[in-house]
Amino acid sequence: MANASVADSAAAAMQLVDYRDPAAIVQIPTRNGFGAGLVEAGRRDEKVIAICADLAESTRMEPFKAAFPDRYIEIGVAEQMIVAMAAGLAAAGKVPFIASYAMFNPGRSWEQVRTTLALNQTNVKIAGAHAGVSVGPDGATHQAVEDIAIMRVIPNMIVVVPCDSVQTKKATLAVAERFGPTYLRFARAESAVITTDGTPFEIGKAQTFRDGTDVAIVACGILVYNALIAAEQLAAEGIECRVVNNHTIKPMDEPAIVAAARDCGAVVTVEEHQVHGGMGSRVAEILAAHHPVPIEFIGVQDRFGQSGTPVELVEEYGMGVTAIVAAVKRALGRKK
Amino acid sequence: MESLAPHLLATLQGHANDVRQGIIRSLLAAGSGHSAGSLDMADVFTAFYFHLLRHDPKNPDWEERDRLLLSCGHIAPVRYSAMAYAGYFPVDELLTLRKFGTRLQGHPERISLPGLETTSGPLGEGLAQGTGMALGAKMDGADWRVYVVTSDGEHQCGLHWEAMMTAAKFKLDNLTCVVDRNFIQIDGSTEDVMPLEPLADKYRAFNWEVFTCDGNDIGAFIATVERAKAVRGKPQVVIANTVPGKGVSFMEHDYLWHGKPPKADEADVALRELLAAREAIGASNRG
Ligand SMILES: Cc1ncc(C[n+]2csc(CCOP(=O)(O)OP(=O)(O)O)c2C)c(N)n1
Ligand SMILES: [Mg+2]
Repeated sequence: MANASVADSAAAAMQLVDYRDPAAIVQIPTRNGFGAGLVEAGRRDEKVIAICADLAESTRMEPFKAAFPDRYIEIGVAEQMIVAMAAGLAAAGKVPFIASYAMFNPGRSWEQVRTTLALNQTNVKIAGAHAGVSVGPDGATHQAVEDIAIMRVIPNMIVVVPCDSVQTKKATLAVAERFGPTYLRFARAESAVITTDGTPFEIGKAQTFRDGTDVAIVACGILVYNALIAAEQLAAEGIECRVVNNHTIKPMDEPAIVAAARDCGAVVTVEEHQVHGGMGSRVAEILAAHHPVPIEFIGVQDRFGQSGTPVELVEEYGMGVTAIVAAVKRALGRKK
Repeated sequence: MESLAPHLLATLQGHANDVRQGIIRSLLAAGSGHSAGSLDMADVFTAFYFHLLRHDPKNPDWEERDRLLLSCGHIAPVRYSAMAYAGYFPVDELLTLRKFGTRLQGHPERISLPGLETTSGPLGEGLAQGTGMALGAKMDGADWRVYVVTSDGEHQCGLHWEAMMTAAKFKLDNLTCVVDRNFIQIDGSTEDVMPLEPLADKYRAFNWEVFTCDGNDIGAFIATVERAKAVRGKPQVVIANTVPGKGVSFMEHDYLWHGKPPKADEADVALRELLAAREAIGASNRG
């Protein structure tokens, strides 16, 4: 592994967990990071309030409810109401976090989000829980795999998809402090913790988690771990991948994306979302305009989800490590 | 409306007991899913599949069938179990609930399993679709009826009230809405989460004909639906008062069973209770 030291130095600079060692990996759902971050945000700023649509436990708003009962509002199964009402509370000076499953908010409430949050420029934070097929046995109706697309297309929206529970906590705090309508996406299933308290986080700033110049894997959300493991397997075959944690879908870090394409000459995007219109599509838009290179897209290929375990579904929809390895090889083969 | 003959009532109660056992077994096999609402609607679904509906389990696409929609899709286990015992598919298939490759998806998918009428799970969308079906039947002069099973929690969804206005506007007397009034949802009591009372008055104010009954009394429920069917010029609602978790003592009245399956030991106790209840039905029928 000629470049092993280069790969290691990126991980060291980012203060990552030694993700190559299975024993070093703990599994925690990203939603737990949201729960912890929300309480901390509430401590730091008394204008922060939480509104929930009958899902306090599974969206992890419960700790906030316990800590700040007077700043917690239960609205019931009313996802359009929660958005428009939050716009009103924001107008009254609050910083509302609103939580449901991503399928329902922003899924059901899209036009309210567009008009009352984005066009209206109100400081409301949407917490979209249970995104992706890794929701598992609940099935297609509850597996949001279109939410990035419908949020990133709206002007003024900030869209953040953190890679693990530690980063989700930091993202929650960052989102609370930055003015603007925001969509924060997280998942239900347990997933590998790869960042540490020392790992930096800044909205709009992509992170190089592993360095390499053969192919750039640009990933977001809980699949960043799969991307890193795929990169390690490829390294054993002499293929050195850069792995970019592209946590902010909007505004996307264009210089980092262009640099990855320029340095590597081919890109694989990885997301737990439809390949149509998601993070990878935004990468393609940027590269088509500034630095065209071959791109392979890992994600859901224009299908709905279904019942199953998270692992079964991530494999079925072609987002497992093997699929990423194969996509990297295809991208490599297409390089000029 | 005459009441059901005692032997017929006992037969239906036996079916409801089977349906409850199917719910427990399938939820245990799945390892996730919704117990409380599924159990409390076992009597209503038994009444539909074994008595009220015009349907043919072997011909689920029969044009003349009544349409039964489940709006609150999370209680799919009760519908699947009732369908299996009514002959739509083998009872053993209940054990595939929520597993990879199953037709019994975690929330019902019309394309996946014949006889479901619609896809549901996202709450509050059933009555609107039922309104469309009932209006379509009227436009064609068809005489099949539409029944929509809804939960109390999903009455917090605005769309449901849009459908209530619309169904009344078009005087859809071929449409009956059934409300599972169990007073629970995920975060606790419906009246704490978002007060719904006076529910009957709200339906009345929306120009619906309102009936209330014990949703865990099969005979009373059937008699009430028969009265609703006789109404002309208005949609009808049957507010079925139910006990969440009905039939399994340690689940009854406890909202924490909304979205939890029984563990193996809990399922054992539940099945033993249900078998004992089954014996009691048999005994009263013989006696
Ligand atoms: C639009 C929508 N929002 C949220 C949910 C998540 N959810 C599933 S069941 C449920 C509670 C609804 O109350 P109810 O149907 O009365 O529950 P039960 O009586 O079965 O306990 C919620 C909020 C959903 N399925 N659909
Ligand atoms: Mg209820």
